[in-house]
Amino acid sequence: MIENADALLLARIQFAFTVSFHIIFPAFSIGLASYLAVLEGLWLWTRDQAYFSLFEYWKKIFAVAFGMGVVSGIVMSYQFGTNWSVFADKTGPILGPLMGYEVLSAFFLEAGFLGIMLFGLKRVGPNLHFLATLMVAIGTLFSAFWILSVNSWMQTPVGYAINDVGQFVAADWWAVVFNPSFPYRLVHMVLAAYLTTAFVVGGVGAWHLLRDRGNRQARVMFSMALWMAAIVAPIQIVAGDVHGLNTLEHQPAKVAAMEGHYDTQKGAPLILFGFPDDGEEVVHNKIEIPYLGSLILTHTLDGEIKGLKDWPKAERPPADIVFYSFRLMVGIGMLMAALGFWSLWCRNKGTLYDNRWLQRASVLMAPSGFVAVLAGWVTTEVGRQPYTVYGLLTTAESVAPIEAPAVRASLIAFVFVYFAVFGAGTFYLLRMMSKTPRSDQDWDIEGPTRAAGITPVTDPSGPQTHSQAGD
Amino acid sequence: MDFLESLDLPFVWAMLIAAAVLLYVLLDGFDLGIGILFPLIREERHRDLAMNSVAPIWDGNETWLVLGGGGLFAVFPLAYATLLPALYAPLLAMLLALVFRGVAFEFRWRTKRARWVWNVAFAGGSTIAAFSQGVALGAVLQGIDVVDRAYAGGWWDWLSPFSILTGAAVVVGYALLGATWLMLKTEGPLHDFANRVAWVTGVGTLALIGVVSLWTPFLHPQYFDRWLSFPAILFSGVVPVLVAAMTVVLFRGLATKRDLSPFLAANGLFVLCYIGIAISLYPNIVPPSISYRAAAAPDDSLLFLLVGTSVLLPIILIYTAYAYWVFRGKLDPDEGYH
Repeated sequence: MIENADALLLARIQFAFTVSFHIIFPAFSIGLASYLAVLEGLWLWTRDQAYFSLFEYWKKIFAVAFGMGVVSGIVMSYQFGTNWSVFADKTGPILGPLMGYEVLSAFFLEAGFLGIMLFGLKRVGPNLHFLATLMVAIGTLFSAFWILSVNSWMQTPVGYAINDVGQFVAADWWAVVFNPSFPYRLVHMVLAAYLTTAFVVGGVGAWHLLRDRGNRQARVMFSMALWMAAIVAPIQIVAGDVHGLNTLEHQPAKVAAMEGHYDTQKGAPLILFGFPDDGEEVVHNKIEIPYLGSLILTHTLDGEIKGLKDWPKAERPPADIVFYSFRLMVGIGMLMAALGFWSLWCRNKGTLYDNRWLQRASVLMAPSGFVAVLAGWVTTEVGRQPYTVYGLLTTAESVAPIEAPAVRASLIAFVFVYFAVFGAGTFYLLRMMSKTPRSDQDWDIEGPTRAAGITPVTDPSGPQTHSQAGD
Repeated sequence: MDFLESLDLPFVWAMLIAAAVLLYVLLDGFDLGIGILFPLIREERHRDLAMNSVAPIWDGNETWLVLGGGGLFAVFPLAYATLLPALYAPLLAMLLALVFRGVAFEFRWRTKRARWVWNVAFAGGSTIAAFSQGVALGAVLQGIDVVDRAYAGGWWDWLSPFSILTGAAVVVGYALLGATWLMLKTEGPLHDFANRVAWVTGVGTLALIGVVSLWTPFLHPQYFDRWLSFPAILFSGVVPVLVAAMTVVLFRGLATKRDLSPFLAANGLFVLCYIGIAISLYPNIVPPSISYRAAAAPDDSLLFLLVGTSVLLPIILIYTAYAYWVFRGKLDPDEGYH
């Protein structure tokens, strides 16, 4: 293993780098796909052109973000094999079919209907187009379902047996898919994606309200986003708490690192902040609230909480990273809920569109979801070290027999390419978001213009929906 | 369920994965080909048209590549775990190239000043991706060194004159697919341009197919037996005869300026080459030592995925066909959402 250590570290850095870049895009596009479906649905239902303008506005942004998600995701699907081939061989019989289902039920659905959603409105008419948008949104959720099942199985492996060549094989597929941490992680992540999108949409709406508080589209998106913040952020805090209790049951070492507990204790305090030191096994300069740790985790004042010293050093996650990233995530979650409550207050007073400080705060908070998602994933992924399959297969055993120079060269290439390409993409996204949303993108529902040389696609549902809407 | 259980699951999956990879080559081949031809298209508005001809469908096409990789992981994990480290450099080059070309579809429309950057990214990315796929194919054909369920070679083993040749063959072949696709989708000057390119790339593709075909039997005794020993030659000899027939269809279609027949003939050439490769390799999935049977996941895993696949795959094919149907016909130069 020692001659492999260098390649191992490089492979880990490469995985962390590529997956961190990747998760940013799905975190946004899962939420945005659902938001687009809601906007189009509202447009078809109310015939309010503001919804259609917003749909067109965010659709173009979605296309760019989704494209970056696709290309960074293809990298992930091959990296298991190039850099983690031992892991791939051993877990393939279990994780492979789950990922196969992700491709079949999610990726094809998204990709198949994306073209129609982006380019096909005039060709298929509004109703079929809405169906395409719904399929894209459902596809992103299916994708989240399967990939979180995969990740959760690695965190809480159950329903498996080990065959004569050392592979994990399924003993009970139902148990594998719906493994103990899966439902919690799925809910937590989908809510996180929705919140991430809500804060981006809210921030963009606020930015344009600050420049023109009468802009109808900006008002609509700002209001919709802050409803989401007010409703979903508190739900997310509860979901996160329940997820944490589930982690305590299945991965107590991770929770010990999150909490910064080295010693097992009854009536454990809640450490608000400090500097964990794995060498000396203490948290320096800590600020703590007595008993609150036990109260949160065990719901009793003198509940026992295991400390990291209960595990041999080689089986512990690095406490400092987990400790900090967890606090970052929770802090942002609290700020999100606070902004949500503030917006309710302003809404109640009728100053939602006039309160400049609320709008400035919304602009400032626009990227907060991404930071929280990354911090959350760092917490859970670093917290499950030193294992890839928790308690069964270590990260060091999982790596491919690849020479360090190969991994080093590809890592450097990834860093350059990702910063250049996704940097440019982020620049374009920001530029698109800075464009004032206007209502001049009306689409005349009565007579879709026919493209020359294209056989007209008759749309029997067009006039019908028109009369239904009583427009 | 009972019917599925009674099947020879590794064989069924070998056929399914082979079909998925073939579909990938055919579908993404022509849209990579558009990228390869991009520098040859002089006028910017013609480039717009060429890109728009594949914009609504490229993402679906590339998903077959994810299915190929993901499917291999799922049903032939040992093949996945040995092929991917062996093909490390070409695969990573392909992935990075696909990043550039994938984002170019959107980025190119988001800037005027830097449009040339994304033109280069689209053309370079498409060409490198195609070349890497060809190199990977050549590297697999020449054999992968596996010891004790792990890749045992070095990280430059893939590089050889043969793999460079197969890389070039795939680039030229995809360019042919792209040119015939453009003929199908465009009119006027761009159509004429595509026709001229199809002539050149058609000749080039056939020449490269010829060289690769003559070289392959000498890579490994098994390939030699499959192609040149009696009585195997009676069966495998059908392939070159069909290639000749496709060639006639291709060039006759080009000469009479037909739209559809050159595209179908070019695809037919790819199908025949693919069958030829399968004849060489079968039953190995990682030549020369691992058969698809040895690489297969346990039957239980194969069955679990097959149950869903037998439902989902037909649905996928239906809505993929529908998406192609929606965007059928010649392109309207004034249409496009950008």
